[in-house]
Amino acid sequence: MTQLPATTDKKLGLVIDLDTCVGCHACVISCKEWNTGSYGAPLSDVDAYGANPVGTFLNRVHSFEAKQEGCPSQTIHFPKSCLHCDDAPCVTVCPTGASYKRSEDGIVLVNEDQCMGCGLCAWACPYGARELDAMAGVMKKCTLCVDRIYNENIPEEDRVPSCVRTCPAGARHFGDFADPESNVSKLVAERGGMDLMPELGTSPVNKYLPPRPKADVNGTQPPALEAQSTEITGFLGWLDRTLEKI
Amino acid sequence: MTKHHQPKLDTSPVVSDEIRRTTCYMCACRCGINVHMKDGKVKYIEGNKDHPVNKGVLCAKGSAGIMQHYSPSRLRNPMKRVGERGEGKFEDISWEEAFEIATGLLDPIRKNDPKKLAFFTGRDQSQSMTGWWAQNFGTLNYAAHGGFCSVNMAAGGIYTMGGAFWEFGAPDWDRAKLFMIFGVAEDHDSNPIKMGLGKLKANGAKIIGVNPIRSGYNAIADEWVGITPGTDGLFILSLIHELLKAGKVDLDYLIRYTNMPFLVNQVEGSAEYGLMVRDADDNQLVWDRATGKAVPYETKGAKPAMSGMVEVNGVQCRPAFEILAEKYLTDEYTPDAVAERVGISADRIRSIAAEIARVAFEEEITLDIPWTDWKGEKHEKMIGRPVAMHAMRGISAHSNGFQTARALHILQILIGSVEVPGGFRFKPPYPKSVEAHPKPHHTVTPGAPLNGPHLGYPRGPEDLCLDEDGKAKRIDKAFTWENPLSAHGLMHMVISNAHAGDPYKIDTLFMYMANMSWNSSMNTTKVMDMLKDKDEDGNYVIPNIIYSDAYSSEMVAFADLILPDTTYLERHDCISLLDRPICEADGLADSIRWPVVEPDRDVRGFQSVLIELGARLGLPGMVNEDGSAKFKDYADYMVNHERRPGVGPLAGWRGKDQDGKGRGEPNPEQIDRYIENGGFWVDHIEPSNAFYKPWNKGYQEWAVERGIFDKESPYVFTVYQEILQKFRLAAEGHGDIQPPERLREQVKMAMDPLPIWYEPFEQTLVDNEEYPVHALTQRPMAMYHSWGTQNAWLRQIHGTNPMFISGELWAEHGFNEGDWAVVTSTHGTITVPAVRMDALNGKTIWTWNAIGKRKGAWALSKDAPETKKGFLLNHLIHELLPARGDGQRWNNSDPVTGQAAWFDLRVNIKRVDAPADLQSSPDTAPQISPVGQGPKDIAYGKEWT
Repeated sequence: MTQLPATTDKKLGLVIDLDTCVGCHACVISCKEWNTGSYGAPLSDVDAYGANPVGTFLNRVHSFEAKQEGCPSQTIHFPKSCLHCDDAPCVTVCPTGASYKRSEDGIVLVNEDQCMGCGLCAWACPYGARELDAMAGVMKKCTLCVDRIYNENIPEEDRVPSCVRTCPAGARHFGDFADPESNVSKLVAERGGMDLMPELGTSPVNKYLPPRPKADVNGTQPPALEAQSTEITGFLGWLDRTLEKI
Repeated sequence: MTKHHQPKLDTSPVVSDEIRRTTCYMCACRCGINVHMKDGKVKYIEGNKDHPVNKGVLCAKGSAGIMQHYSPSRLRNPMKRVGERGEGKFEDISWEEAFEIATGLLDPIRKNDPKKLAFFTGRDQSQSMTGWWAQNFGTLNYAAHGGFCSVNMAAGGIYTMGGAFWEFGAPDWDRAKLFMIFGVAEDHDSNPIKMGLGKLKANGAKIIGVNPIRSGYNAIADEWVGITPGTDGLFILSLIHELLKAGKVDLDYLIRYTNMPFLVNQVEGSAEYGLMVRDADDNQLVWDRATGKAVPYETKGAKPAMSGMVEVNGVQCRPAFEILAEKYLTDEYTPDAVAERVGISADRIRSIAAEIARVAFEEEITLDIPWTDWKGEKHEKMIGRPVAMHAMRGISAHSNGFQTARALHILQILIGSVEVPGGFRFKPPYPKSVEAHPKPHHTVTPGAPLNGPHLGYPRGPEDLCLDEDGKAKRIDKAFTWENPLSAHGLMHMVISNAHAGDPYKIDTLFMYMANMSWNSSMNTTKVMDMLKDKDEDGNYVIPNIIYSDAYSSEMVAFADLILPDTTYLERHDCISLLDRPICEADGLADSIRWPVVEPDRDVRGFQSVLIELGARLGLPGMVNEDGSAKFKDYADYMVNHERRPGVGPLAGWRGKDQDGKGRGEPNPEQIDRYIENGGFWVDHIEPSNAFYKPWNKGYQEWAVERGIFDKESPYVFTVYQEILQKFRLAAEGHGDIQPPERLREQVKMAMDPLPIWYEPFEQTLVDNEEYPVHALTQRPMAMYHSWGTQNAWLRQIHGTNPMFISGELWAEHGFNEGDWAVVTSTHGTITVPAVRMDALNGKTIWTWNAIGKRKGAWALSKDAPETKKGFLLNHLIHELLPARGDGQRWNNSDPVTGQAAWFDLRVNIKRVDAPADLQSSPDTAPQISPVGQGPKDIAYGKEWT
């Protein structure tokens, strides 16, 4: 059992726009390439060229179909990584103190030196956001690119998580939810940002923006154009009248 | 309870030793990348924020470049075949021996009969160089992959408005308020579309996705139109019907910028019927309502009529617009008449037309930017119609794709939304009219270059590549009556024709970067047989095959000589204005690749090999007067080759003072300047020149300064395309060059000067009750053709490709989760895993393209999922249409351009239990891997963590 900090100064996290995410996996791979060469053990790939390639990823995109009776089916792309919960069950369940939530910014991390790879945290996380690395035997999870966002060796504008910097559609936003004036707080307010499974009481920091209503599913269609005429002779009449005005 | 404890972290680690900025090649998008190098290895690849294409973002493929660069599938040495074709048994040889073998084959061909070399490059980004090489070799048999990709899109656009989508132009993402995207399979052009969709969403624009499949871009569209495959043209013409009927067309725009007011000969039966009426100086004429006279269309102050039969020089004629209106106002195109065939209700069609009209005419944009047109008329404002459109292979890879692409462009033109704010915008060097493009050339002389560029845009039957007997001159039969406007060639017909010796036998097939024994060919099993087929004497029917690839692909196993290419991080390249540029609507741009990592294998960039081969063969342009090599390598060519005086492969930093833009003598330090600037060059257009480009005096002057043209070349859009009518007149019996009898009806039908829709050919030839289902492929965003599979990261995203079956068909055939499907076309049968998908046109099944792999290829294990459950739909698609009983070979292509009609496929499906071995069929026998198999487990970056 490990304690959470009573409060955190900041609440850093992501807003993911489900209205804009096209499911391209850019964030998945950018995350993999940054994190396999930085914080903690590399993200290994077991049987990389074989029958059952299984690698460690800190961020994955799941695609779902949603179909309401009598309506066309919809496709939703759902990127998912650690939500850096305020009441993170993965931290409180950790027997060694390896899992912890940072008091200054709320990022949930694993101290790999103390991690014994028991996997309890992955069981406790209701979102499936943690993966035990098969080669290193330690728990891996989203670090919110803690080694990018404060990194003085990279340009200030790039001090965002790798997934945010790379997202081609601009569907991922990074910021401080403790600040009501931040970009992410405003987006959540304007677009009805949602918690993932709030009923579980984890108080996730990351938020999701819901898709806009679809015209073909739950929208209205504009009425047809009014015909000038249905006959070519009438059309030519319209043409003459209009040409006079040009 | 363990107390809260935080270890001290280093949150500012050094990322890399150095950043090297080059151009991505994980797909055809050509984004700028920052390659972070650490300890001599690639540590991290991110998008280049300054780059005009991707502005910092990067897709999954781009970020997975590390795994591509270090792929175990990389070829290591030149090789010669020692086993049978297709087996994969090779012996490593030296480059010297490789060059000796290649020159030994090619030198006699060049001296005796250059056409016996068929040189076809695949997803080549150096076509201006490979084409130039082939031209100097002297063979007429050269093309790249456009014929089996999207030539309908390119040719449809060029023949209609002097440019098409993607490399030719793009939606005005910043200003569009309504965006329609038709049949784009999540790839071309990858990042700009995603960035653009993001912008549209942020600006509150509406997105309508027209696609049988609701994945990717269509998933986030505000409205999904799950159209029936092959009917896009009919849908578009119905929208045009609705717009015309309501008078929702931009007449002022049509009069100023298109040939809609031009007078068209209406004397039926005449040899000029349907052609434009001209005066003695060859000017096309309009009827001036002010003076009641026919005047040249460029006459200042003329008020052209848009309707009414008149007589000019004794010829009955009337404006093209009236012909167009008459054609599309008929009941044939009412929403009610087309609804069932297109699979969209008549009300939906009507409301989409209404939405287009509303946004175009009620949400008009005005930019207060004065500009001057080519006639000298000054305009105070730029008027925008903020409806933008984009389309790609989904609408074009059908046998009616050319006319469908034209219909889509004409829809955009009728509402006045091309080259205006908020609409579709050309990217320099486009727009360029048909007249600004070359014609095809086909005069072969032993020992001498071809008489001009291979590929071009015919202006009439006289430009076809036919011999005196009317027989095809090219091995792919491009530019013949079967496909007169095959501007990109027909690479998909090369192996089949070469095997059949039709129109003649060749000696050597030389290919680059095209997996033609696998996912890039129709009829894959038979194509493999053709490649290894032997004649009675035991000799291969296609005698010699030279192939260049960087990786151990399926095609490698069928070659006699392998010239191993480098990875994209190890090579020089230029993304040239002479070729497929990376420009943006607001600027001219080109870029380079340069070796950010030195090869650790005995491999060479293919273009450098081609330059050395050219020098060894003594090809003009590649040797000095004393016979020595003119260029050391491709980098030397990039800097010093001049296509016209002062115009070369790279446009930036030309001339002695290194400040030449587009023009200037070669600058020996040019590549250094590109590297310093991040690997690219961009030159922005003044706002007053940024719209109305074909008609904008300022733009035209700027284009001449930059070397795009040598003289100003304004033109109007050819909505009515009389070049097509010339072919049709020939089919009706006019002129010296006429189609053979068997093709007359097809030419008459397909070469309509105004877009038409006809049923895709395959469904007119097969029993639609027996084959009621449409079958398609898409390319996923995270994979590029066959390349992605060797990538340890990407193959974890798309390691298998189930057949997605519509909910309607799933229920009808009683499928359950875990079932497999037997899918049968007139040509073949495959047995593959099935998955239900409801967000799909009810009569359609589909799968991801090029995921299935041959066992032994790409350094994968023989039980890799790509080789077990993975499969190719290609086995069901034949390069020839089902026999018509006339004894002729009819290719499965568009009758105008020859584009491979991949998406015309009709099938039936049957539910079966999953096979015990979970092996899809057909199961091709394995090839031997010349590079062994990839390592078991990897932990990339271990040394840095």
